[in-house]
Amino acid sequence: MTYLAKSPWIVHYDGSSCNGCDIEVLAALTPIYDVERFGIVNTGNPKHADIFLVTGSVNEKNREIVKNTYDQMPEPKVVVAIGICAATGGIFRECYNVMGGIDKVIPVDVYVPGCAARPESIIDGVVQALGILEAKRKAMNENAGAAAKPAGDAR
Amino acid sequence: MIPEPWAPVVNAVIYLLLAPVVGGLIAGIDRKVTARMQGRVGPPLLQPFYDVGKLFEKENLVVTTTQNFYVLSYLVFMAVSGALFFSGGDMLLVIFAFTLSHIFLVLGAYASYSPYSHVGAERELIQIIAYEPMIIMTAVGMYMVTTSFYVGTIVQSAIPIVLYLPGVFIGYLIVLTIKLRKSPFDLSTSHHAHQELVKGVTTDFAGPNLAKLEIAHWYEYVFLLGVVYLFFAWNPLLAIAAIIIAYFLEILIDNTTSRVKWQMTLRSAWLVAGTLGIINLGVLYYLRMVVVP
Amino acid sequence: MQIVQLLIYLILFPLIAAVFLLFAKKSVERSWIVKISALAIGVVSLYLLVAGFDKGLITYTISGRIFDLAMLVIELVIAVYLLWLGLRHRKYSVVILVLIQAALLLWFEATYGHTIVELPNNLFFDQFSIIMALIIGIIGSLICVYALGYMETYHEHHKDIADRRGMFFFWMFVFLSAMFGLVFSNNLMWILFFWEITTFCSFILIGYSQTAEATNNAFLALAMNMLGGVAFVAALIYITTIDPSGRLLDLGALINSGYAVAIVPAVLICFAGLTKAAQMPFSSWLVGAMVAPTPVSALLHSSTMVKAGVYIIVRFAPVLTGTTEGMMIAMVGGVTFLLTSCMAISQSNAKKVLAYSTIANLGLVVACAGVGTYNLMWVAILLIIFHAIAKSLLFLCVGTVEHRIGSRDIEDMGGLIERMPKLAIMMFIGMAGMFLAPFGMIISKWAAIEAFIQAPFGLIFIIILAFGGSATLFFWSKWMGKIISVMRHQENLESSIKSEKWTVLWILTGLVVVVALIFPLISSALIEPFIMQIYGHTTRLAEANITIMLLMMGLLIIMPFSMLFQSKTPKMAPPYMGGMTTEGGMRYTGSAGVSRNLVLSNYYLRNYFGEERLFMPGTLACWGLILIAFIMVVGVVL
Repeated sequence: MTYLAKSPWIVHYDGSSCNGCDIEVLAALTPIYDVERFGIVNTGNPKHADIFLVTGSVNEKNREIVKNTYDQMPEPKVVVAIGICAATGGIFRECYNVMGGIDKVIPVDVYVPGCAARPESIIDGVVQALGILEAKRKAMNENAGAAAKPAGDAR
Repeated sequence: MIPEPWAPVVNAVIYLLLAPVVGGLIAGIDRKVTARMQGRVGPPLLQPFYDVGKLFEKENLVVTTTQNFYVLSYLVFMAVSGALFFSGGDMLLVIFAFTLSHIFLVLGAYASYSPYSHVGAERELIQIIAYEPMIIMTAVGMYMVTTSFYVGTIVQSAIPIVLYLPGVFIGYLIVLTIKLRKSPFDLSTSHHAHQELVKGVTTDFAGPNLAKLEIAHWYEYVFLLGVVYLFFAWNPLLAIAAIIIAYFLEILIDNTTSRVKWQMTLRSAWLVAGTLGIINLGVLYYLRMVVVP
Repeated sequence: MQIVQLLIYLILFPLIAAVFLLFAKKSVERSWIVKISALAIGVVSLYLLVAGFDKGLITYTISGRIFDLAMLVIELVIAVYLLWLGLRHRKYSVVILVLIQAALLLWFEATYGHTIVELPNNLFFDQFSIIMALIIGIIGSLICVYALGYMETYHEHHKDIADRRGMFFFWMFVFLSAMFGLVFSNNLMWILFFWEITTFCSFILIGYSQTAEATNNAFLALAMNMLGGVAFVAALIYITTIDPSGRLLDLGALINSGYAVAIVPAVLICFAGLTKAAQMPFSSWLVGAMVAPTPVSALLHSSTMVKAGVYIIVRFAPVLTGTTEGMMIAMVGGVTFLLTSCMAISQSNAKKVLAYSTIANLGLVVACAGVGTYNLMWVAILLIIFHAIAKSLLFLCVGTVEHRIGSRDIEDMGGLIERMPKLAIMMFIGMAGMFLAPFGMIISKWAAIEAFIQAPFGLIFIIILAFGGSATLFFWSKWMGKIISVMRHQENLESSIKSEKWTVLWILTGLVVVVALIFPLISSALIEPFIMQIYGHTTRLAEANITIMLLMMGLLIIMPFSMLFQSKTPKMAPPYMGGMTTEGGMRYTGSAGVSRNLVLSNYYLRNYFGEERLFMPGTLACWGLILIAFIMVVGVVL
């Protein structure tokens, strides 16, 4: 039994980008696309989120923040890098302060291409991420089962 | 038929088992109706259950392990206060247990020492002091009409309570907005994303803890709407209609107003609800004590 | 042993201990005397409970002439001493009050000294006296034991203050003796004497540190209580004018003498009670008294002084029942409860919060006693018990914390659960005792609502309770939240606390829980018979509700054990700060790479609940109410 795929909550972070992809992410949350149909909620809080959407590249300043936000998400979790900047650094790649794509700091599960990425492809990326999320959950449960004591909470 | 002395216990057990189901469905309907009001399709009706199921599948990430204790206590005492209510217990005792459970929520938020939780906790406390007098006045009003604090007696009363307590009823609806965490009074935490406080009191609860919090909210919904039922208890059909209309109104208000500051919340709850309640009770008291002693 | 001997023992024994303490120069000697006397007083108070709980009202004949004379002499000596102090410190209000009171007393003695016949029953006791004796004997002596360790640390911290500990303990024990005298006396002259002694003791103890602030506040307390004392003397004169034989100086006889005779002295004495219980126009003396060493505050707030004020009002409640004068006094209590609860929200000084909370709860007692129906009396006595225990615990905790962290500001108590875990849990329980179900104070508030609704004009008080009660909730919860915040990497400061302090604190913590559990027993053994004997019928909480409360308490006790079933390796993350990096929990990197401390502070809502906003209206309203009561009394006299 799994509910993960039915209720993916996201948190969105904007690294150093031109804001194009962010606008498209928000566009996917508008009534036109109405992603709440699939149980998707933009939580704005890593501790509640399952999917980390990152737009823009990583630079010296936001490196720690991307990492920190990722660390504060409970397992299982996936990262979706949206747009070419998040994938590789894009046109900012050569800047003196830009380190490159998100995967320089945290493990990325899905890359959504585009400059800017279209809402449809963002939604598609999130749907692909759901599959990975489910796989991660299974792996997590197996690990927990393998360990001597049951993992997790006081349930 | 259930033998008489066991009826309260059976009622309490039924509440403990069914309230999460009913509360979750109410939350689902709420989200659906809200979506329709915003011109969207909205999530499936069972979405709240999916959410909670998912949260239980996740890892329990904590800032401090004491959070687990506070959340569990919040859930347990919320269930206890609701069970007391539905087993026909003393309204005042129900209110005190209800307050106790909220204090645990607030303490859980304080425990994590995060700025968002902290401000959320302070605001939650302001909300509590904003609605508490009105809730007590509701209980007192019911006593003045039915001469009993016991829910079991009130619910069997043939008196149309709402006709005696119109002011108290309106006052109760106003504080219900605070209690259901609906705009314009959703100060401490909100159903909607992206507020200045992130998620307020609930910010630092993750996974199963958040799920328990959500289930506690479901218990709370059923209890709060149960109080609405009491106002119309002489006619169950009317009472259910009143609950539906009241809840629909709350959703409408939620979607058509913007959030106010805590000052406004405190003032409106104490002044508007308080005045309505006090005038209503005062008139009733005068009639009961002076005109028809 | 006869009970009368117990009563005399309880009055005199602390006095003897006090004299020994005055001469004990070594701290070891002092420590033993205090501990043994405290034990002796506590045990005898308990024995009084065992021996006397089923006896009902009993009066005793003590030949009083010699005592009367001794009391007059002591009162005059005190008056002369106060006169001298007042002149030296230029406190002319005190000088005037002392002169008025001394003049009245002398005139009284000269005019009626020969007409007053000797009263047959100078001492008495009933269930209410037993309750008061237990509060004074157990809580009061526990505070004295605690004071041993506290005063030692106090003088280490305050080198500039002269070490007068012998004096200090002398007056602490005199205080206990005077309180016992007050609750066992049936002769109003005697009550007045003990009344004045408590005023004098509190004056000395508040001014202990001899700083300018302490001296000023001590004189403030003195002046306000002297005002009450003058009213008390006026009551005695009125009584003797009515019946020059002085038979009505018998407390029981006066209360049973009916409205027409008793209402004037009742209002005057209740006015004295209001000053002593620090009700609204006089609340500032108790707030000012927090300059005293903490054991003194604990003593004043929980088992002595203010409790004397409400004690006398509760005694006179049967006279006040159903009268407009009683309603005015009740309203003073109600207004005080509402406004001081609100003012406590705006305070960050822990002792000040405690002070306002004391005044508020006493206000509630006064409101109950002023309305004075039988079920409200029941509530009033319950409130006195629960308040005494929880408040003494909280004061002693705050005192201990203050010495360890060097501050009594609530804002500095953040993360106490990490720094002083045991003490934080005690404070937590103490605070829960003050406002959470199913602990004591909320039981009383609940019973108060159920009782007020049946009383005339009770709706006013229910509304006051509803609003004031929620204000209470706010200031306690945010304080609770402060101490249970988990700020990591804090050092444990608890190890240096002495074992005798721990003993006292644990006993009080246990009492908060145990008394909430066994209150039905206390009610049926002590309070209900007392109410029965006065009103002919009594009240109690419904049995089903008591069962539910006990179940809730049980649940509350087992809930913490859920912590045992948690994962031993919990997944931890720092608090969410918008993705900001936190090092070691409480620091974060701000702009330009500067490392900053995370500081969170509570809401105080000063624009709404500030002292400057509420104090004046409250004072005026309460003076108005008192004035109305006095005008009505003048009407009765004329």
